[in-house]
Amino acid sequence: MSKSKKLAFVSKECVACGSCVKVCPTGAITIYQGMYAAVNPNRCVGCGKCARACPASVISVLPRGGDEVA
Amino acid sequence: MRLPEKRWYDYLWIASLMYLSLGFFNILFAWLGLICFVVPLAIALIGGNKAYCNKYCGRGQLFELIGGRLRLSLNKKPPEFLRAVWFRYAFLTFFMTMFLLMIYATYLVFAGAGLKEAVTLLWMFKLPWNWADVSFVSPWIAQFAFGFYGVMLTSSVLGLLTMVLFKPRSWCVYCPMGTMTQGICVLKNRKDKADGGKSQADCNAAQGPCQ
Repeated sequence: MSKSKKLAFVSKECVACGSCVKVCPTGAITIYQGMYAAVNPNRCVGCGKCARACPASVISVLPRGGDEVA
Repeated sequence: MRLPEKRWYDYLWIASLMYLSLGFFNILFAWLGLICFVVPLAIALIGGNKAYCNKYCGRGQLFELIGGRLRLSLNKKPPEFLRAVWFRYAFLTFFMTMFLLMIYATYLVFAGAGLKEAVTLLWMFKLPWNWADVSFVSPWIAQFAFGFYGVMLTSSVLGLLTMVLFKPRSWCVYCPMGTMTQGICVLKNRKDKADGGKSQADCNAAQGPCQ
């Protein structure tokens, strides 16, 4: 999957409700051990559906940094 | 792109809707609501995850349906305090205190006090609920049902209000069960954190609070 220019970032205030998981078209988000949503940068296409669905508004779609692992 | 497939648990909103409706016919159905208390706690304690919130919560699905599909939500960003840890735990504490008071009221009836055939909404408003026959069970069983249905109705009303004002599943942000199960998961997985937090492999694969 080719990388998009943007990536979803989850803040520490994530309530782990799973709303983002349901709407992610690429299955890039998982709830990590019931604690928070974790985004797989290799799968995320930066579409922003998760950010719109997040009831806590803790997801932002930002330009990819240069430090994430390919 | 993957297309989400509908699973059996995607229809649990029907159970949630039925639960609220059945309480109007006979308050004793309120006892079924204990499932929504026991199952998420059991999943968090045994499995160490929030699968209940993520997959099986009928109430969350119902709000998603009414607020999202039926577009009855303003879809506004919720106020920041709603997701703040202090608020979530304060609400959990308040909710549990009211729950314990309800248990105490049940105990009083068990000990001989009179049955109060009313459902308390939003911890203040006593709604007369005396049309159902509860004479065939012990008064304390009926009292618990009245109290518990009040808890479930109150949380539904609050959920509906925040669904309309903010995003469909805004209730999930401050849901006491969600806060409690997340807390359990954090405690259960604390050992991993003590061992150095998420491994680098985890951070590479999943960008969460590694940021």
